[in-house]
Amino acid sequence: MTTTVEESFAQSPVQPLIRQQVLILYLGASALDSNVIGWSRYDGTGQSRPTMGDSDDPPYRTGVDALVDGWRLIQLSQIQPHSPGHEYDTSYLPYEFVFERLVQLTT
Amino acid sequence: MAALVDRKHLLSSVEMAHFVSHGSVVLESVVPEALNERAIGVFDAGIQGYPYGTPLDVAFPPGSFVRELLDLPVVAGAVQSLVGPEPRIDHHAVHIRPPHGGEAQNMHGDAILDTRTDAFDVQLMYYPRAVTLEQGGTLSVPGSHLRKINQTGIGRYQNLAGQTRLVCPAGTIVLLHHGIWHGGRRNDSDDPRYMFKIRFNPAVRQLRLWNTDDIDDPAVIKELTTSFGWTHSNEGRLELVNRAKLWRVLTGDQLFDIDYYLTREQLRPQFVAPGVSDVRLGSSDRPAGWHF
Repeated sequence: MTTTVEESFAQSPVQPLIRQQVLILYLGASALDSNVIGWSRYDGTGQSRPTMGDSDDPPYRTGVDALVDGWRLIQLSQIQPHSPGHEYDTSYLPYEFVFERLVQLTT
Repeated sequence: MAALVDRKHLLSSVEMAHFVSHGSVVLESVVPEALNERAIGVFDAGIQGYPYGTPLDVAFPPGSFVRELLDLPVVAGAVQSLVGPEPRIDHHAVHIRPPHGGEAQNMHGDAILDTRTDAFDVQLMYYPRAVTLEQGGTLSVPGSHLRKINQTGIGRYQNLAGQTRLVCPAGTIVLLHHGIWHGGRRNDSDDPRYMFKIRFNPAVRQLRLWNTDDIDDPAVIKELTTSFGWTHSNEGRLELVNRAKLWRVLTGDQLFDIDYYLTREQLRPQFVAPGVSDVRLGSSDRPAGWHF
């Protein structure tokens, strides 16, 4: 090893002006083309601060519509079996799809 | 409100069904203006706290401002319909959000994950002044109260289809099921936003506490089956099942159902139809199945 962890992680990234924006869509079913029932956004540019209750209308009608608009799917939730005895219980939203896109910082 | 409320002030079955599906009942402009005016001074001065589970008469004795509020017939009737007479005071708090103050909370459920399916607490929220959209009233998700989540485990959910942001005239009281998903929003106005909250624990079984005269009104099932934007999903029918279960608890009617879901699950006949059995089956003494 030639450097400390702090020094290594202080290096400039390959694309220093690129930031990630994250879009999380909660769909009505496990299919990516099913309807959007919930949505959240996080902005790595720091230029906006999406927050709870900031919009009443979903940004896309379905998950596929987000793909068509240029978002890249990076994670989708597993389809979990129902726990015996708790088949009717509901809890956290089960169909979560995480998208990203990389944007250029505007100076 | 310690004494039983006159039946005419209790919630109706349709209103109770609304509470079961939405997780809330809104009593708009029910507090007289004179009381709303006095509320501001009382809230600015603060209201003494009490240990969890304090009897109503101890926390808010007759003559106190809060007791006067709770003794309004429409308020007393709604609270008694939901949690019964002489509920315990879990806790109470005055929330004042200053002009241009605060950040939006992450979405959450109050307290911790509550495993009860046969009882519930009710949170009363009193708004002595009008709440505008700009003032950032509470955002809540109708129908979310029966989902089992813990606190801010849902903090990642910023918006759900069908969510509501409270906008109300002065003197409005909202009664919420303890499990409702919600969050306070930032106050972007020039005026402070006042809200007084009381959490009630039931002291009796929550069985037919409301005015059930209209129990057969078709509007009851209509309310119970209300759908919201976010329930247009694969889990929408599970929401109906959980509402039917709660309606069974509240009415004592163990055969109540919505769309046959709970009834169908019980269909496990044990009677063997005559003439259909091969007597060799089920009476064989072979120890290890069939011989091929």
